[in-house]
Amino acid sequence: MTTNRRDFLSAAVTAAGAALTPELHHTHDHEHQAVPSDLALRVKALESLLVEKGLVDRAALDTLIDAYEHKIGPRNGAHVIARAWADSAYKQRLLTNADAAIAELGYGGMQGEHMVVVENTPEVHNMIVCTLCSCYPWPVLGLPPVWYKSAPYRSRSVIDPRGVLSEFGLDLPADVEVRVWDSTAELRYLVLPERPAGTAQLSEEQLAALVTRDSMVGVAKVAPPQAGVSA
Amino acid sequence: MNGVHDMGGMHGMGPVQEQKNEPVFHEQWEGRLFALRRAMGAWRKWNIDVTRHEVELVPPADYLRMSYYERQFVAFLVLLAKRGFITPKELDAGKPALGSTVAVPALTVEKAAALIAKGAPASRDVPVAPRFETGQRVRARNINPVGHTRLPRYARGKLGTIDRDHGVFVFPDTNAHYLGEKPQHVYSVRFAARELWGQQVAQQDSVYLDMWDDYLDPA
Repeated sequence: MTTNRRDFLSAAVTAAGAALTPELHHTHDHEHQAVPSDLALRVKALESLLVEKGLVDRAALDTLIDAYEHKIGPRNGAHVIARAWADSAYKQRLLTNADAAIAELGYGGMQGEHMVVVENTPEVHNMIVCTLCSCYPWPVLGLPPVWYKSAPYRSRSVIDPRGVLSEFGLDLPADVEVRVWDSTAELRYLVLPERPAGTAQLSEEQLAALVTRDSMVGVAKVAPPQAGVSA
Repeated sequence: MNGVHDMGGMHGMGPVQEQKNEPVFHEQWEGRLFALRRAMGAWRKWNIDVTRHEVELVPPADYLRMSYYERQFVAFLVLLAKRGFITPKELDAGKPALGSTVAVPALTVEKAAALIAKGAPASRDVPVAPRFETGQRVRARNINPVGHTRLPRYARGKLGTIDRDHGVFVFPDTNAHYLGEKPQHVYSVRFAARELWGQQVAQQDSVYLDMWDDYLDPA
């Protein structure tokens, strides 16, 4: 078993003027096992300590977790996209002042304070990454999936976007222009995907049902409605 | 800092692996940690740039081996100790030191709801003149600060074009070190993919980065 992490913590905290010596036994060799992991126990212990010290309120923690597990996710973004497809005036507002347009539908807040929406067309394909950490537009897409936060996506999206898209099953024609948006500041990006063919008769709700998270990150297109599903 | 977190353009990380129907939190502790970090952030003893930099300070071999939330946890523990919220002894014992005072939580349910709904804007309503205008050619500075920066290595020294001005924002390079917000303009800067990566990439492709005035020189 490696002691690197324990050594690191000791070193880091010694540097901070303290002598923290947690026993971080958890290693990746046996991650995600059925018994509670060491990390699960350690986070639980930390929470108890912070609660006992009066530093955090458990009910506030529950509020945060509930919001991102059950209320804030890509259905919000899909609502925005469907409205833009259905209402060209809204689409213009969305592309020129995304914060206000997204707020019209009741969305906004943490990690979406400064939004920019970029439009995919037959000629231009936009995709979003954060090479330095994992910045992502929470109010419209929820918390990011593991792949978005992973080293492969963060490292390759800027140097080989077409290769990455290919792994997602999207092979772009050679003449399409690819624009990659690296979220290096506090601007958060959302892709307005192309409206698929065969959707002229669909309601806004039906359009929203077609829109996927991946299409709003720009690693997929929105598929046309399946036969029998359309209005 | 020229850390392993600055991954743009690196090779050898393998294919992107997408999990279908992935849960928001893979294990319960990830959600608890996510919420704990926000609840402690409400004490305003650090800022978002400080927290990002603390994760960057995780040594590279650990950084690559750990999951996102593992890195967050390690950095969080260090930050809690650095800012005096907990002592090593308390962490070992799992309970407060004898005779320690009991605080009143900074983040209530009401404030948590407000934080979710409103966030914490990084823009600043101060009159700072922009150094560049839309369409202007710029060169990203070739700087290698040992501290926090949001200027990735792959763009340093490269030629780009100002695509748009987003207004005035807090500057992370100082803010991450408690050296002030130094508000300045942030721009989307367009870099041709070939300027960044050479002739083997598609001629029409590009990468847009958000850059502060202090990252740029006129070209």
